[in-house]
Amino acid sequence: MKRILAATGTEFRIALRNRWVAICVAMMAVFSIVLSAMGSAPTGELGTDRLSVTVASLTSLAVYLVPLIALLMSFDAVAGEVERGTLSLVLTYPVSRFELLMGKFLAHLAILALAVAVGYALAAGASWWGDARAGRGLVALMRLFWTSLVLGAAFLAIGYALSALARRPGAAAGLAIGLWLVMIVLYDLGLLAAIVADGGGVFTTDVFPWLLIANPADAFRLYNLAASEATAAAAGLGGAASTIDPRHALASILLWPLAGLGLATLAFRRVTP
Amino acid sequence: MTTLTLSHLTKHFDGARALDDVSFTVAAGERVALLGHNGAGKSTLMKIVLGLIPATAGHVEVCGAAPGSAEARRQVAYLPENVAFHPALTGLEMIRFYLRLRGESPKPAMGLLERVGLAQAATRRIGTYSKGMRQRVGLAQALIGKPRLMVLDEPTSGLDPVSRREFYAMLDQLAAEGAAILLSSHALTEVEARTDRIVILSKGQLRANDTLANLRRAAALPIRLQVTARPGAADRVAAELAAGRRNGVLVDLTCAHDDKLARLGQIAGLGALVEDVEVIPPSLEDLYSHFSSQTNAEAQS
Repeated sequence: MKRILAATGTEFRIALRNRWVAICVAMMAVFSIVLSAMGSAPTGELGTDRLSVTVASLTSLAVYLVPLIALLMSFDAVAGEVERGTLSLVLTYPVSRFELLMGKFLAHLAILALAVAVGYALAAGASWWGDARAGRGLVALMRLFWTSLVLGAAFLAIGYALSALARRPGAAAGLAIGLWLVMIVLYDLGLLAAIVADGGGVFTTDVFPWLLIANPADAFRLYNLAASEATAAAAGLGGAASTIDPRHALASILLWPLAGLGLATLAFRRVTP
Repeated sequence: MTTLTLSHLTKHFDGARALDDVSFTVAAGERVALLGHNGAGKSTLMKIVLGLIPATAGHVEVCGAAPGSAEARRQVAYLPENVAFHPALTGLEMIRFYLRLRGESPKPAMGLLERVGLAQAATRRIGTYSKGMRQRVGLAQALIGKPRLMVLDEPTSGLDPVSRREFYAMLDQLAAEGAAILLSSHALTEVEARTDRIVILSKGQLRANDTLANLRRAAALPIRLQVTARPGAADRVAAELAAGRRNGVLVDLTCAHDDKLARLGQIAGLGALVEDVEVIPPSLEDLYSHFSSQTNAEAQS
């Protein structure tokens, strides 16, 4: 454990020096403020409190931003060390590859937690400002916070696996961006197209829900929307959310980080410095 | 007591033989120089000893354990060729990290950097360091704990002559405390005086493994005698000794080890014509090219 924390401290310091911490926090803060400013218009008449509405908007933001930040931080983890030539020395130390990976993971997760906390706190603070009932949305906000971290953890782990498989930072960066595009943007579009083509057949009723929760980003969105009272405020997947058990979605987002870390460790073991 | 044992070590890379049946040992307190051309297999051998890459065949034992095992890694220090560190960290942070990875307190970090003469730059980022300074950070991390085996790949590259001397003095001290040292180098003259034994690799094969004195004897290379003649007498001296002339006053001749005294007597016989004479034994460079150019058949005979 001491060795893991040593790696965590070093990794955090590197991220601080390379401005990664500042970039992540600024990114989350700016988007959250913009979102809460835009989301303040429809409140009042809907009957829900402003914070719950903000949480619903933040969920849609997190689906895009949290995996992106996670992948940006993680793609260099193994490939960067191979490229710089720092890996061979550190691997002769009495520390296992899993421990090294966990050290990086904890540091990156801490940075992500900081960025997400700052972003959500700003958005929540803004909605609290004009609505005394906002306290009702607090549970949803906390749920959004920890599930965002689990979602981030899944993409950090996947990023490490890509980094170890690619072995060159350039290739790893390309794979990471490609993966983000496929899993976050194209996946939903593909499912949508399939549903339209299927026209309410077996695919829509039996296959589609499982495909939806198989993707950690969709599972994250489903879980938060299903558990939140503000489902009505969310467009698009609301209908689908009602047919899927939120516990399955929760299981999916919890399993992904574990599977990702397992895959990353296996890929890292095969890297020869 | 042997700290490192290599027996019949063989390594193939995609059909190419990087190491071919290499066997030697390094005892506690012994300093062994590993010499060879670029691509002779030195770095490959070191990486196998460290457990970074597996051997194709043969057996390696490091401090009584398998290479790369937790037990072995605890007792081995490594300095890679062209050692690299993260440029965003300072030298002090880097050494603290390595101390923690060895499960030790980070407190002695500054002392280690002082030992390698880097105290002044300890809190500067490694990105601003020169190659020599990075090499010193590499040395500092190799000194952590009390390693029983030190594997040093070109440890003095990038160091100035004064730092090299300090570095070898440090190695002497570590060896005196019982550390086994395996180092590779291209600077043969510095290895000559500072190591106990020399191992020569060529194209992945072991060509020599002995002390410098024994290698000299085995190679039986000619000894050079450099005679300084009195001004104007160089031609006569050259003619008397049946040797070639180098310049106005120097006459060069070579002889076998056994003929040395007879030749010196001849030179002394020239009396006033000769001002001085220098005996130059074959250098390590000569021995190195002798052994590394030997064919495999010769080496085995």
